[in-house]
Amino acid sequence: MSTVMQREAPPATTGTVETFTVKVNGREVVVPRTTPDPVSGQALATTMIQACAAVGVEVPHYCYHPKLPVAGNCRMCLVEFGTPALGPDRQPVLNPDGSLQIRKSPRPAIACATPVSPGMEIYTETAGVKQMREAVLEFLLVNHPLDCPICDQAGECKLQEYALDYGRSASRFEEVKVHKPKAVDLGPRIMLDDERCILCTRCIRFTRDVVGDDALGIVNRGGYNAIAAYPGRQFDNNYTLNTVDLCPVGALTSKDFRFQMRVWFLKETKSLCAGCATGCNILVGSRADQVYRFTPRANDAVNSGWMCDAGRLNYRWIGREDRLQTPESRRSGARHWSAVLEELAAVLEGAPPGSVAIIASARQTSEELYLLKQLAAHLGARTDSLPRIGEEDKFLVHEDKNPNSNGARLLGVCYTEMGINLPYVVQDIEAGKIRTLIVFGEDLTREEWELPEGWLDKLETLVVSDILPNGLTKRAHFLLPGCAHVEKRGSFINAHGRVQRFMKAVEPPGDARPEVELLGELLHRLTGTPLPASLEGLFNRMCADTPALKGRTWADLGDQGVTVPV
Amino acid sequence: MRPLNLMAVETPSVNPDLPAALVAEIDEVITHYPQKRSAAVMVLHALQDHFGCLTPPAMEWAAARLGIEPIQVLELVTFYPMFRQEPAGRFHLRICRTLSCALAGSHALHGQLCRNLGLDPEAHGLQTTEDGRFSVEFVECLAACGTPPVMMCNDRCHEAVTLERAEAILNECR
Repeated sequence: MSTVMQREAPPATTGTVETFTVKVNGREVVVPRTTPDPVSGQALATTMIQACAAVGVEVPHYCYHPKLPVAGNCRMCLVEFGTPALGPDRQPVLNPDGSLQIRKSPRPAIACATPVSPGMEIYTETAGVKQMREAVLEFLLVNHPLDCPICDQAGECKLQEYALDYGRSASRFEEVKVHKPKAVDLGPRIMLDDERCILCTRCIRFTRDVVGDDALGIVNRGGYNAIAAYPGRQFDNNYTLNTVDLCPVGALTSKDFRFQMRVWFLKETKSLCAGCATGCNILVGSRADQVYRFTPRANDAVNSGWMCDAGRLNYRWIGREDRLQTPESRRSGARHWSAVLEELAAVLEGAPPGSVAIIASARQTSEELYLLKQLAAHLGARTDSLPRIGEEDKFLVHEDKNPNSNGARLLGVCYTEMGINLPYVVQDIEAGKIRTLIVFGEDLTREEWELPEGWLDKLETLVVSDILPNGLTKRAHFLLPGCAHVEKRGSFINAHGRVQRFMKAVEPPGDARPEVELLGELLHRLTGTPLPASLEGLFNRMCADTPALKGRTWADLGDQGVTVPV
Repeated sequence: MRPLNLMAVETPSVNPDLPAALVAEIDEVITHYPQKRSAAVMVLHALQDHFGCLTPPAMEWAAARLGIEPIQVLELVTFYPMFRQEPAGRFHLRICRTLSCALAGSHALHGQLCRNLGLDPEAHGLQTTEDGRFSVEFVECLAACGTPPVMMCNDRCHEAVTLERAEAILNECR
C-alpha cells in the first residue's frame, strides 16, 4: 500500500517535483525528492522524518520541529536504514524474487536531517533503535534536574513522555549534576531555567529564523552550555512566548502562566484570537470556568503555529470582577431578561422607521452582526461599525484590531471604510431625527471618536450591549450584558477572508447571555418569526442570505476555516 | 571556564575608545574573509591584544563591525578559553597540560607556580595574583611537544621548564 505525502507543493518556479518510493517499517510511501523549507520556502531534500510522518510513524525527537530549520543536535531521532545494494556494474542487485536487495547501513542516521533516496528502507522500531533512544535519553537526563513535581512543563514535557517510553526506572548517574543559572529573567515575559534546558536550540532558531530577532544564543562550552540573551539585552519581541510552546522541556516558561495551574487540569477548547484581524487559531486552556492561558493552534492558512504575545496575554479581562452580569431596564427597573426584552421590544415597536440607528462592533461574531442587520432591516435603521486601528508588524500582528471587520463588511453592517456613517448618525441624533440608538460593544463616549459634546442627551432611548462597564453603559436605558468570545460559539472573517469558527470554553458570569440569544429573542418578539434555535442553523441561514458566503455551512468550516472572497 | 553571570545588569553600550590604526587594521582583517562574520575570531584577538580583555563595549563594537548580534560574539568569547572578559596580570604564565607536557611534569610545574604566587593549584581557569602582576593558567598544546614541559610567559615560549627554571623565570619578572 502506498501513501502519497500530503504537503504543500513547492513554489511553481521549481517545476514538478520528482517523487519516488521508500519504505518505512515495511510500508511503502511515495515521497517527493524535495520539500519546501518551512521558513525560506527553498526546496530541500525530503528527510526520513518527513517520510515517516507521511505514513503516521512518529520518530521521537526534541530539536526537530516541522516549522523550523533543522539543527540535528538532540540525536533522539536516530533510526536504522538500508539502501538498495549496487552490483559492480552500478546496477541494483535483485533478490531471487525480483525485489531490490537492501543493504543495511552499519551506522544509524538522524531521521530529521538525512535525505531519503529511492528505494531506501527506514526502520524505526528495531531493538537497536530502541537501545539508541534509551541511551540518548539517559544522556539528556544526566544533567537534567528531576524536579517534575514543581516544573510547569510537567504533563506536556517531551522529556517526561519519552522517559515513559525509553527511560530507566532508576538513574545510573552517581556523579554531581552540573549547576547552571536558575530563574534567569530573559525578558519581560520569559523566565529561563538553564538546568532544565536540553540545548535543542528550537528557541534560538525560532527567534532568529522565524521572527528575525537574533536575540538568543548558547554561551560557555561543553557541560556548561547555557541558553542566554546578551547581558543587558532583553529578549523582547512580539513573539517571545512562542518559545515557551516550542521548548520541549520546562526551561522556558511564561511569566504569566508559570505556577498558575497544572496543565493536565486544563480543558483545551478550539478557539480564535480576537485581538486583531489576523484571526490566529488558538486553544483556550480553562478550568472551572476560569481561563488560564491561550496557546496557538496550527493553521497553515492563517498563523502557521504561532501567535503574538499581546494576543496570547489578552485574556485576563475575561474574569474581571466588574463584568456586566445583569440585564437592566433603567426605566422600569426590570432586571430579568424576559421583562427587559419585552419592554425593549415594545419600545422598538413604537419607534417610527428612520428614527433608529445601530452601531455594531466588528469585534462581534458574524452571527450577531447578521441578527443586528436583520433588526436594522426590520426597524429601518441605519448601521455602522467602528474602525480600530493600531500598530502592525510584518508577521502576524494586523493593524486592524477588529477580529471581524470583514464579517461586518460582508454582512452589510458597514461600508468598506468603517465608521463613515457615524458622523451622519450623530448629526441626525442632534437634529432630533434619530431618537433611538442601539450600540453593541463600542464605547461611544471615548474621546477617540471625536463626537460633539452632549450628543447623547438628545436621545430618547439608548440600548447598550457590552461586556465591561464603560461611559456608555452608564448612560444606557436598556443594558444587555453580553459574552466574551470564549464564552460563546460563533465565527469571524479575518483580514484575508478566512471564515473561522470558535467554540465555547467557559460559562459567562451571572445572567450575561450570548448576544445571538438575546438578539434572536428580541427579533422573534418583533417579527413573530422564530430564528434557527441552534448556532449551526443560524450560521447556515446567514450564509444562505449573504452572497459572499453562499453555500457555506457551519460543518464546512471545520477546525481550519474556509476562505471566501473579500 | 567561568560560568557567565546571566543576571548581569544593564551594560551601557559605550563605544570603546579605539585608535584609528587599530580600526584600520581590523577593517583590513575583515576583508580577508568571504563573509564579515568569518573574521570574528581575528577581530576579537585584535581587540583583546589592545585592551587586555574583551569588555562588553568591545564585544558590542565587534558585533556591529561584523554585522552580527552581540550574543553571537559572546558565544565565541565564552566558548574559546583564550578569550577573556577580565584582564590578565602583567605577566601571563600559560602552562601546557597536553599529553607530552603532562607526562613530563606540567602539573607539578603549575602547582609550584601557583603555590609560589599564593594561588589555588586546584582552581580552574585563569588566576591572577592580588597585585595584578602574575596570571597563571593551564592551556592546551603550545606546539613544542618535543621539549616538554612547555610554558609561555607572555609571548615568550620556554621549553623543558624545570622547577628551578620556572623559579628563575618568576624572579626575572618580579
